[in-house]
Formats: sequence, C-alpha cells, structure tokens
Amino acid sequence: MANLAVELRNVWKRFPGPGGEVVTAVKNVSLQIADGEFFALLGPSGCGKTTSLRMIAGFELPSEGEVFIHGRAMGKTPPYQRPVNTVFQSYALFPHMTIGENVAFGLQMKGVARQEIQRRVGEALEMVRLAGYERRKPKQLSGGQQQRIALARALVNRPEVLLLDEPLGALDLKLRKEMQLELKKLQREVGITFVFVTHDQEEALTMSDRIAVMEGGVALQVGSANDIYEHPNCRFVADFIGDTNFLEGVIAQVDSNKAQVEMMGGVSVWAHTPQRVHVGQSVTVTVRPEKMHIRSTATDVNQVTGLVTDIVYIGTDTHYGILLDGGQAIRVREQNYSAESRLLAREGETVSVRFAIEAARVLTE
Amino acid sequence: MSSAKQSPWLALTAFLVYFFLYAPIIVLIVFSFNASRTNIVFEGVVNQGPCGPFYWYCELFKNRNVIEATRNTLIIAFTSTVVSTIIGTMAALALQRYDFFGKKTSETALYFPIVTPEIVMGIGILVLFSAVFGWINTALALAPGQRLTMGLGTVIVSHIAFSIPFVTLVVRARLHGFDNRLEEAAMDLGANEFTTFRKVTLPLIAPGVLAGAMLAFTLSLDDFIITFFTTGPGATTLPIYVYGLLRRIVTPEVNALSTIWILVVLTVVGISQWFQTRK
Repeated sequence: MANLAVELRNVWKRFPGPGGEVVTAVKNVSLQIADGEFFALLGPSGCGKTTSLRMIAGFELPSEGEVFIHGRAMGKTPPYQRPVNTVFQSYALFPHMTIGENVAFGLQMKGVARQEIQRRVGEALEMVRLAGYERRKPKQLSGGQQQRIALARALVNRPEVLLLDEPLGALDLKLRKEMQLELKKLQREVGITFVFVTHDQEEALTMSDRIAVMEGGVALQVGSANDIYEHPNCRFVADFIGDTNFLEGVIAQVDSNKAQVEMMGGVSVWAHTPQRVHVGQSVTVTVRPEKMHIRSTATDVNQVTGLVTDIVYIGTDTHYGILLDGGQAIRVREQNYSAESRLLAREGETVSVRFAIEAARVLTE
Repeated sequence: MSSAKQSPWLALTAFLVYFFLYAPIIVLIVFSFNASRTNIVFEGVVNQGPCGPFYWYCELFKNRNVIEATRNTLIIAFTSTVVSTIIGTMAALALQRYDFFGKKTSETALYFPIVTPEIVMGIGILVLFSAVFGWINTALALAPGQRLTMGLGTVIVSHIAFSIPFVTLVVRARLHGFDNRLEEAAMDLGANEFTTFRKVTLPLIAPGVLAGAMLAFTLSLDDFIITFFTTGPGATTLPIYVYGLLRRIVTPEVNALSTIWILVVLTVVGISQWFQTRK
C-alpha cells in the first residue's frame, strides 16, 4: 500500500487480570490502514478491537510491537501528542462546558487564535448540522445530537486519523441507520482516515472500505466487505459475518483449487479450496443459504437431497430448513420473486438442493 | 408521607430529642446576655457600657487572650484545611483510579483513625512527638532556646493527620461514578495531565473537594482532645482557652464566645452542605 495512515506491527497487549494472572487482550496483530480509508475493527465484545483502537489513540501502550501513524513510530507518545482524535462510545462530552467550549477545547489546547477558533467551531457545528447550539449544555441535547457534537469536537482539530469507538452503539436503530450513512458521507467529504470499532457486522459492511475481523485478540481476516463475505478464511469469520451453513466432511479428491468432500450418508460435494488440503483431511464446507437452490434447473455440479423440516416466510425471502441424507441440517434461502416462488416445497417433502462449486468453500480451521 | 394518625409517643420522642439537642444551645445563647456575672440565674438582659446588651461580647474583644486564641485557632484551621484537602483529594483520586499492591490495606488504614477514639490518637501523637523531639534534641545537643518543643507546628501537623481521612471520604463519594473517559477525551484533545486535571477533573469534583475542605475546617476549629495533647506554650486555641476559663469562673463571656463560635461553625457547615448537595 502506497500511503499508510496507521500501521500496527506485531502488536501484543497483556493486562494483569483480577486474580493476578496475565490476560492477553491483543495477540500479535498487524494491520495496515491506508490514507483516507474507512476501516472497521469488527468482532464480538472482548475480542481486542477496542484495546487495539486505544493503542492507536495512546490510552494504552503495546506490551510488544509498534504502532505507526503516517510512518512515525508512536512509542510511548502520550495521547495529547498524537495526531489522532477519538469519538467515544459514551461521547464523553464535558458536562461542565457548553457545546461551544467543548468543540473549542482541542483548538484552545493547540493555542489557536480566538477568532480562528470561533470560525472553525462554527464551521464544525455547521458540518454536523447543529449550527447555533454553541451556548447549550450537553445535557440539553438528545443522544443523536450529542453524538454529532462528539464528532465535531474531534474533527474540528483536523486530525490525521479519526478513531471511533462504537460511536453509534447508544443510538436507536433508525437513528443508527441514518448516522451510518451520514458518517460515511462525512468521511468522503473530509477525506480523513476513519478507524471504526464495532460489534455490529451489518454496520461494518455498510460503512467500511475494509474490515478486520477480530476474535480472541487475533485479527483473523482483513479485507473488503465483499472479500470477507464471499471468501471467509475460517469458520469464525464465515459464521460471524452473515448466515451460513457448515457441512463437515473428509477430503476425497483434490483437483488444483477444487476438492471433493465426502460426508456421512454418501453425500459428497465439490468445493473451492484456497488453502492446500490433502486427501483424508477433515474439513468444513461453508455455503451461504442464499446460494443454494431448491428444485433448481441450473446445471450446478453439487446436488444434495434432504427432507424439508421447517419453512419460515419472512416477506422478501422464504427460509427452508432441510435435513440432509447424511444427517446434517442446512438452511436454504429463496427470494420471493413471484407468488409461485413463495412455496417451492412443503414440510415433510424430500427435495434436491443444488449449488455451484464457487458457492462452496473449504475451511480448514 | 401517609396522613394516617401517628402515635403521640412518636411526637413526644421527637420533641424530646430535639429539646435535648437544642435546649442547651438556646440556654447558652440566652445567658450570653445575662446581667449577672454568674451563669446560674438569669437576672435580666445586661445593659452596661456602650455595647448595651452585647456587653459581654465587647468584654470578650477586649480580652487579649481571646484574640490570641482566636488567631491561633484560625491559623491552625486554615493551614491544616489547605494541606489536608490537597493530600486527601490526591489520595481519593489515587484510590479511585489505580489498582496497586496493598490498595485494600492502605484504604482500611486510611479510614481507621476515623473510628479510633480521639484520646488514643491524642496520646499516641503526644508520645510520638516527645520521643522524636527528645531524640533529636539530645542527638544534636541543642541549647534550651533551640530545642524542638510542642506548639503551633505540632498542633497543625496533628490536625492535618486527622483531617485527611475525612477529606478522602467526602471526595471519594463525589468521585463515585466519575467517567474516566472525560479525562481521556481531554488528553485526546491535546491537554496534558496537569491541564486535564485543571480543566476537567477539578471542576467536576470541586463540590466534593470544597465540602471536604469545609469538613476539615470545622473539625480543626472545635477540636479539643488532640489539640490538648499536642499544644504547647503560646499555642492555646479557643477550645483550650474556654476549658481554662471554666476551671476558674464561668462568666457570660464564655457564653458570648460560644455563641459566636456556633454561628461560625453553622455557616461553614451550611456552605459545606450546599456544595455537597449541588449537582
């Protein structure tokens, strides 16, 4: 990558646990975040995503490894000397200051002239569509408004990188959706690198250019939303992002980057395999439910049969639960194009399910 | 509150409690206007000299010993309040913020003096000071005029010591639920540790700090026991002085002095309460 805004190089973070034991929150994480990128750290709580963000901000120092911002090693640089600003989950607006004083705080610390501060605070409030709120106190604002003030307070300093720690977590669903789009638009406008922490996979897919999926302190996979959804590199990623089916089996045949996987009950499927596998190896095959089709006329190679156990109609789609001959359960999602497509099978009926080789993927871990 | 009929015994008990709490104070104030020199019978309101009913108050201000004792009391109270507030607040912040080895123990040890009988503390401090001073005086072979003795200094040090736990207790109550992210936000926006404390932490905990300071001030102002054990020549405080007066003759001067005192303490406590309840 040409121009790196942030780089984490083999970063580890260990904390003393409550019982005197050592808790490793971040394990050998290396990330490269390009200039101007909207980058998401995605994972369940306790996966190390917030700790990673806090190490970029300087609130925590790595136990091992190094954090670079625009090529400069941060070492033990304190937060107030780093060219980054943070939007906190709880907003952390200063309750004893007005909105104007809150937004002006960073500029005052930098010693910017009064008139310049006034102008830039005005601009920043306009940017978040809260012009004229200077004299109010944070308590007088709604959650969504406070969130936008927190954003203005950080962006007014024109940081090299903006760090956002679950900034939409406290908002209700509708407002969150609005803010997702607004944040993304804002990021395009200001052109600043955004590093965004979230546990919400949909939020990460909606907003980010690239996503790092974290689990247990490890960055499992880094890539675009499309990459991660279509080509998950492990079971956790496939499971965490969207819905998927897992089929357990053993490699029977390998043909360059395709492999035949045999399962119980004489079922066998062909799947794409990015990693090297050998015959006899136990693997998992993942297939997204929307890539499998019931009574398909397509000439897809893979065909399995099973018993329809349940049908859930949810408007846009119908979900079919199917118990395969070998005893493994899968879910198939059919889009409801027309009245006919709404009911392709009945409960208790035996159906054939087809899917392409490219839709199936061999996972070794 | 329910409007159900309450037992008359409850009302009587409440009356008696307040009666025994406040009757002595009211009697004390009334007797400060007594025409008699003794504190036994009220012989009508005094009307003597240019001050009229406030005769005993004026007599009080003519008394150089009272002026001297007041000065000592205020010096001790102000100094010990300032120092104990600073140390107590720092202790509260440290206990709130950090996990360190022996935290639980140091916390318990800090609050222990609050429940220790004051007489024990007083004797302990006296023994400690005499032993240390005696040792230093002998070791350095100081001449009688240069020797370390009990006085204002020892009183101030002991008052600082017993005020710190109270300040810490009050400030910690205020710190409970303090959002550490606010300090992080300040640092993130370019404020160093000191500026963060000055601009964000202190303004937010100021009501607690002021309430702690007021408490320390009143505690120092009317402390008798510890002062009694640690004072020396030229360091007589008001409580010690009043005690001395009582041993001779109780004139309404003592009542006048006590009345002024009650007013001062009430004011300080009132301000402290106001700060503590303010959001």
